[in-house]
Amino acid sequence: MAKLIIDGKEIEADPTLTLLQACEMAGAEIPRFCYHERLSIAGNCRMCLVEWVGSPKPQASCALQVKDIPPNRDGTPAKINTSSPVARKAREGVMEFLLINHPLDCPICDQGGECDLQDQAMGYGRASFNRFEENKRAVEDKYMGPLVKTSMNRCIQCTRCVRFATEIAGVPDLGATGRGEDMEITTYLEKAIDSELSGNVIDLCPVGALLSKPYSFTARPWELRKTESIDVMDAMGCNIRIDSRGREVMRILPRINEGVNEEWLGDKSRFVWDGLKRQRLDRPFIRRNGKLEPASWAEAFAAIAAKVKTIAPAKMAAIVGDLAAAEEIKALRDLMRSLNVANLDCRQDGAKIGGGPRQSYLFNSTFAGIEAADAILLIGTNPRWEAPVLNARIRKTWLYGNLKIANVGAPRDLTYPVQQLGTSASVLEDLVSGANPFAEILKNAARPMIIVGAGALSRADGAAILRLAAQLAASTGAIGPAGNATEGGWSGLNVLHSAASRVAGLDLSFLPGAGGRDTGAILEGAANGDIEFVYLLGADEIDTSRLGKAFLVYQGTHGDIGAHRADVILPAAAYTEKSGLYVNAEGRVQLANRATFPPGEAKEDWAILRALSDVLGKTLPYDTVEQLREKLYAELPHFVVRDVPAQHVGADPAIWNAVGTAGKIDAARPLASPIVDYYLSNAIARASETMAECSRIYVQRSQEAAE
Amino acid sequence: MSLRRLAEHQPESFAFTAENLEWAKGQMAKYPPGRQASAVIPLLWRAQEQEGWVTKPIVESVAKMLSMPYIRVLEVATFYTMFNLHPVGDNLVYVCTTTPCWLRGSDAIVDACKKHIHPQQGVVSADGKLSWTETECLGACVNAPMIQVGNDFFEDLDAGSTEKIIAALRRGERPKPGPQNSRHSSEPEGGATTLTGSHDASKGVST
Repeated sequence: MAKLIIDGKEIEADPTLTLLQACEMAGAEIPRFCYHERLSIAGNCRMCLVEWVGSPKPQASCALQVKDIPPNRDGTPAKINTSSPVARKAREGVMEFLLINHPLDCPICDQGGECDLQDQAMGYGRASFNRFEENKRAVEDKYMGPLVKTSMNRCIQCTRCVRFATEIAGVPDLGATGRGEDMEITTYLEKAIDSELSGNVIDLCPVGALLSKPYSFTARPWELRKTESIDVMDAMGCNIRIDSRGREVMRILPRINEGVNEEWLGDKSRFVWDGLKRQRLDRPFIRRNGKLEPASWAEAFAAIAAKVKTIAPAKMAAIVGDLAAAEEIKALRDLMRSLNVANLDCRQDGAKIGGGPRQSYLFNSTFAGIEAADAILLIGTNPRWEAPVLNARIRKTWLYGNLKIANVGAPRDLTYPVQQLGTSASVLEDLVSGANPFAEILKNAARPMIIVGAGALSRADGAAILRLAAQLAASTGAIGPAGNATEGGWSGLNVLHSAASRVAGLDLSFLPGAGGRDTGAILEGAANGDIEFVYLLGADEIDTSRLGKAFLVYQGTHGDIGAHRADVILPAAAYTEKSGLYVNAEGRVQLANRATFPPGEAKEDWAILRALSDVLGKTLPYDTVEQLREKLYAELPHFVVRDVPAQHVGADPAIWNAVGTAGKIDAARPLASPIVDYYLSNAIARASETMAECSRIYVQRSQEAAE
Repeated sequence: MSLRRLAEHQPESFAFTAENLEWAKGQMAKYPPGRQASAVIPLLWRAQEQEGWVTKPIVESVAKMLSMPYIRVLEVATFYTMFNLHPVGDNLVYVCTTTPCWLRGSDAIVDACKKHIHPQQGVVSADGKLSWTETECLGACVNAPMIQVGNDFFEDLDAGSTEKIIAALRRGERPKPGPQNSRHSSEPEGGATTLTGSHDASKGVST
C-alpha cells in the first residue's frame, strides 16, 4: 500500500489504482470526460488534472498510477491537491479549450440537462469571459445507423465511443480520422455500427454528439418520470430505468447491476419502446361470424365461460408466452389446475427442460461467474443475439484473460475467437468420450463452463443433449464445490434461455400434469380435434396454423400472431405497465415496476385471470397482487429474496444425475440458435418501427449479402 | 491543415507488384505473430510509392493483409500528411514555404508552380505530369529557397531555375539535384569571404 496525502488527508491506496481512483477514495470529486471505469484509459481530455506538490506541471490523474508517485525526498507521502488554485486554474484552462469549438446550442440539444460538459462548465467555465473571436469549427454529421444520431459539432474527441466499440462491443467500426483540430469520429465510410450494443455509445458520450435517434427532440430529461424496472427482451433480466411522460414511455436506459448487465443494455431492450404504442390491444374482442368485433369485458368472459362449460378438461390447454411475469403464470396455473386441466406448458418453443431439479434449467455459473471461467463450450446458442450483454461479458473475459471458447452449432461472429467444433450434436458424444481434443482443454481448465442454448433444448432430442452436457460437466470437473466463484465454489453447467418468463414458468411447474400434453402435443391435438380450447398467455411464437378448430383465447398486449387467430382477445398490460416478478436465467428474482398505465381497457394480467376465475366459478384465492405474492412466497420461498442468483449447493449426484434424460441424439440435424432475427424476436419488437428498420439494415442486408 | 478525406473518384482495385509484395511480406515478418498491424505505415508508404497516392483499395487491401479493421488503416492514412489522399502528378513538387525559405523568396517559387503546373496546389496539371503542394520546413534552410521532388532536393532556387526544373520534369528528364546556382553545397556563394589569407603563427593573426 502506498501513502498519499490528498487534499490534506492521508490515505493508503493500492499501488495499482490510478490517482483518480485514489482521489475518489479520499472523497474528492474529479471531473472527467474521457475516463470511464469500464474502458481503457486514454488520458486525452485533460479535465482530471490535479496538482502534485513539487511537480512542475499539473498531472492527469486518470493516467497516473499510484505506484508511479514516489514519496517526497524527506520521506513524507506525496501531496496531491485536487481543489487548489493550481488544479482549478488548470481545469479552467482545459474547459476553455474544450469550449472554443463547442457550439452554444444547449437549448436545442437533447443532451441538455444531463450533459457532462454542461455540468462541468458550471463548475470550471470562466463566466463572462471569452477571448475567442474566431469562427467555431464545423464538422459534418456522420451516419452511424438507425439508432445513433450524430451532431459532430459538439464532439469533444474523448474517444469513449471508439473505445467502447473496439473493446466492449468488439466491432471495430468506429475510429478517429484526421488529427488535431480536424480530428473526426466516424465509421468507415459512413457504415452503420454493426453491433447489438451500439446504443450504449449514446450513454457514454459525455456531450450531445451521439444521441438516440428515436428519442430525438421528444422530451427533456427533467420532464421524465423515472421508474426502475427489469427488461424482458431476453432471459438476462437486465436492469433498466424506464423514462416516461404522462402515459407514454419516452425511452429506456440501463441501470447499473454488476451481477447482471454491468451498465450496458442491448439495442432491442433499449429501443423497443415505440413497439409499446403500436398494434396494442386496448379492448376485448370476440370473434363473431369469423370477424373479430369489439366487446366488453363481461361479454368476453361470458363467451369464454360458455365454451369452457361445454368442453372436458382433457380437451383444454394453456400455453405461457415469453414475456409473462411470475404472478400471471401462477394465476393461470392455479385457474387451470382448479379446472383440472393438465395440458399446460410454459415452453412455447418446445424446450425439453424442466420438471427436474432447479439446477437443471438455470445458468448456474451466474453471469458474474463468467469472469472466473477459463474455458467455455457453447452448445446450440448464439449469445450475441440471445443475450448481447452476456456476450459482452464473455468477450471481456476473453480480452483480459486466457479464455478458450469453443462452439458446437452454426458458426457465428461472436466478437471473440471461437474454435468451431462442428454443428452436429454427435460432437458432444466425442467430447464426453474424450475423442474430441477440446475435452482435454475443458478437463484442464480450473473453471470450465458449458452453456446449453435454447436452440439445443428445443429439439426433439433436447433432453438427451442436456444429459450429454451434464455428463461432460461431470467428467470435466465443471461441477465443483458449493458456493460461487469468489467463495471458491464452481458450477459450470449452464442453460441459457431465450425467454424472460421461462425460469419463473419452470419454477412454478407450468408444465404438463399427469397425462398432460406439452406444447407440441397440444398443437397436434388441436390440429386433429383432440384439443378444443387453448388459452394463450401472450404466446405468439407458436404455429397458429396448427390450432385447427380449437377455440382460442389470447390474453396479451399486441395484435400479433396469437391475436390474429384468437376467438376471444383479452387485452393485457405490457412489461412496462405492471408490477411483476421476473426470474432471470441465473434464477435471480427481480421486481419490475409499473412506469405507465396500460392503454384503453387493458388490465394487468393477474387481475384478468382473477376476474375470469370468478366468472368460471373457480374464484382464485387472492384479491390483490400482494395477496398473490404471499401465496407465491409460501409456495416458493426463493421468491422472497430479490436480486440474488441461485446458490450452488455442491456436486450432489442426486441433483446432477437428474439433469436431462439419456436418449438417442439426432446427429444429422445441425445445432443452431432459435433466434432468426434479433430485432424481431417477440410481439413488442415486431410492433416497433425502430426494430423493423434495424432488422432491415442489419439482418436482412447481411442475409442478402450471404446469398 | 485541412480536412483529410479519401478522394471522391477512386480506382477499382489495387495490388502490390510482385516485387513490392515480397518486400511487404518482409516488413510484416519483422513483427511477432499477431502484431502485423505494426507494419501499416511501411506498407501504406510502399503502396503510395507504387500508385502515387493512397486510394481506397489500398486502404482496404493493406487492412486485409494485416488483419486490421478498415477504419484503423484509414485513421493512419488520414493522420499523416505525407500520405496523399488525392491523385498526384507523375512528379509531386513539394515547395517549402516556412520562414527561412519564405524570406529568401519562396513566393517566387510558388508563383512559378502556379504558372507552370496549376493555379491551385494539390491539383494535377492538365497533362497529368505534375502537381505541387506547399510544405513545412524540409530542413535545407542553408540552401533556401528549395523544393523537393521524389527523393531529391533542388536548392538555391529562383523563378528562372524553378521554371527550368519544371520544364525538364515535364519532358521526363531528371535535372541534377542540389543547388541550382554556382554553389556545390552550402558554402558562400562566389567563394569564401573569410579565412582567405594565410596564417602567420608568429603574429597570431590571419591576413
